[in-house]
Amino acid sequence: MRRHSVSQTGSSSPPATASRPPVVSIGLLGWLHRNLFSSRFNALLTVLALLLLYMALPPLIHWLAIDAVWGAAEPSVCHAAHGACWAMIHEKYRLILFGRYPYAEQWRPMLGLVLLAGLIGLSCNRNFWRLWLFDVWIGGLAVWFVLMWGGWFGLAFVPNHLWGGLPLTLILTLIGLAVAFPVSIFLALGRRSTLPVIRLICIVYIELIRGVPLISLLFMASFMLPLFLPTGVNFDEVLRAQVAIIMFSSAYLAEAIRGGLQAMPQGQYEAAHALGLTYWQTQRKIILPQVLKISIPAIVNIFIGLFKDTSLVAIVSLSDLLLSMRQAIADIAWRRYFVEGYLFIALIYFCICFFMSKYSQYLENQLETGQRR
Amino acid sequence: MTQPTTDKRTHVPPPPRGSLWYNQRFRNVLYQGLAVVFLIALGAFLISNVLTNLEERSIRTGFDFLEREAGFRIGESLIEYNARNSYGRAYLVGIINTLRVALVGIVLTTLIGILLGIARLSPNWLIVKLAAVYIETLRNIPLLLQLFFWYALVTGILPPVRQAIALLPGVYLSKSGLMFPAIVPHPSHPYVLGAFALGGLLAWGAARRAKRHLERTGQRRSALLPGLGCTIGLPLVVWLISGAPTALDVPTFTRFTFAGGNNITPEFLALLLGLTTYTAAFIAENVRGGIQAVPWGQTEAASSLGLRRSTALRLVILPQALRIIIPPTTSQYLNLVKNSSLAVAIGYPDLVSITNTSLNQTGQAIECIAIMMAVYLSISLTISLIMNRYNNYVALVER
Repeated sequence: MRRHSVSQTGSSSPPATASRPPVVSIGLLGWLHRNLFSSRFNALLTVLALLLLYMALPPLIHWLAIDAVWGAAEPSVCHAAHGACWAMIHEKYRLILFGRYPYAEQWRPMLGLVLLAGLIGLSCNRNFWRLWLFDVWIGGLAVWFVLMWGGWFGLAFVPNHLWGGLPLTLILTLIGLAVAFPVSIFLALGRRSTLPVIRLICIVYIELIRGVPLISLLFMASFMLPLFLPTGVNFDEVLRAQVAIIMFSSAYLAEAIRGGLQAMPQGQYEAAHALGLTYWQTQRKIILPQVLKISIPAIVNIFIGLFKDTSLVAIVSLSDLLLSMRQAIADIAWRRYFVEGYLFIALIYFCICFFMSKYSQYLENQLETGQRR
Repeated sequence: MTQPTTDKRTHVPPPPRGSLWYNQRFRNVLYQGLAVVFLIALGAFLISNVLTNLEERSIRTGFDFLEREAGFRIGESLIEYNARNSYGRAYLVGIINTLRVALVGIVLTTLIGILLGIARLSPNWLIVKLAAVYIETLRNIPLLLQLFFWYALVTGILPPVRQAIALLPGVYLSKSGLMFPAIVPHPSHPYVLGAFALGGLLAWGAARRAKRHLERTGQRRSALLPGLGCTIGLPLVVWLISGAPTALDVPTFTRFTFAGGNNITPEFLALLLGLTTYTAAFIAENVRGGIQAVPWGQTEAASSLGLRRSTALRLVILPQALRIIIPPTTSQYLNLVKNSSLAVAIGYPDLVSITNTSLNQTGQAIECIAIMMAVYLSISLTISLIMNRYNNYVALVER
């Protein structure tokens, strides 16, 4: 929607007297004129916005930083101060980040977090998108589970109902995506299958899951799943929530992959057919590698959505990042500083999601080149 | 498919005559049959598990619990409800509460979203940046966290009811919600409403006639004045004829709390705030994307045809932008409805919250959750049906 200047002269000889452009169209003044005061209405908007910022920003900065209590402090110090009470975070950050994981063992989830961050960071580099990355992930997750559960190598055993905080949030998302991914490929292929019964089954599953809120699936998993299992078999709460998240994300992933399948030109199928490839060979060697590549940005977006949505497990009493924060501010001494607590975890969520969404935009630009004509 | 020659399509050597295994049609039937058998077997296994489990725990089955007495109170309800009403009635209250917040939310979020989307495209740098900060912040923080935050803010920071803030005369904001004057029902009100509907219909007719006139003769005839006259004048006349009843039920402070007037509970307020501000960020991005996707050449073409800027926007840009905006916005509306289920976390008595209570009281998890899912599914399907209709209508405008 930007207007480009088209009044360029084609002549090669410079004008005899080069006069400088008017002072209001260049430099800082020109920028101000173009971007803030281009019309009367715009000038009014600018003034209003500046007024709003002037009224909101200084008190906010005072509250956030200048008048705030930093570092370790007693609640009474916070009570006397006018600003934010970051001492609350200082006091409670281990509870917020790691939930009810045994205090002395909390170096393990910390190490686990570093491990997961390393794995994600590694996967963000397109040069590493090779088959060995799968092996690295499987190995990394195995190490992560050993680290978290313990029981081996002299580590004390920690049952999963004691897991909490950021590691729980991350692992619910990652396992949810990892298990749902293969399922969703079959669902997407099934939805585009020529076999009516298979297609119907896939459509019903996908639309059913996408038509109901995640919270109802979580309820289903925590109240109904025990009824569906044979007597004696029992899942713990974390696994139940994980099942619901897998069911949920597989339907959404399937739709993302179906979008990629629909973008595949018919010629690809015909070429594969002409080479004499069977249906599964065609899918595995020709179609899916291309489809997965073009659906990666959509998949990253689902990852972001899922990462935010795992906070819903707080409603079925899993102490993920959100619930462990709420448990932290349940402390009578600190409960009045809930705003600081919410801001703290909001910042964590924001950093991760913002990074992923910028990464997704970057990928979209990178991957588009092959499709551009 | 069982000719003795090599199959031209797959280059597979000819199978022995009569072999069913290489018959494509037979294989298709076989695979589908296997899928059905597998599903039936799975279903039978699950149902038998459920039956044994229910018997062991001596839980009743069936939907007759809906007629039994619920025995719990509900914080807010648009229809008459008390603890002695049935579970069915309680569910109805929950459904109405969900629909209420969803409807108000959709209207508000559309308005805020469009405004923000336009702000993102403003020539004013400062406004663009402010809108971008808003959108990026709200999009990247979980909604549940925002809801908790709003609720904690409403109930924690606002003054108690004794020191309620008077926003306007008769409008009070406090920990226990927003109180505002209610209109005392008067026998003339249905007639005023009827007159308003009739006026709207007449205005629509006038606009149609003006458009036809423009198409036939090329002469512009304003339909604004007659339209306004019909929609505002007609109800006003009816209201004046019936004696202009102006009685308002203003909330007044009694010993401990406010009496009279209407009350919006803090739960509803927090939920509405959270849902609308969150979804608006997504709708703003849809609006921006849609308008940006219309090529600049369209604007130039419109202006070279001599259309004014507003006319070009209305007749050329928006119809094309809407085609791009509507599908993702529909899914945002659906998300809003589904996200309203998070109300259970802050204690707004929506469908999920009623389901949760009934489930804990009766133990009939399967029936309770099935009802909840069925309701959400039907709401989702209805919205997507309506929006698909509208989408078709908009898509046809271009061709």
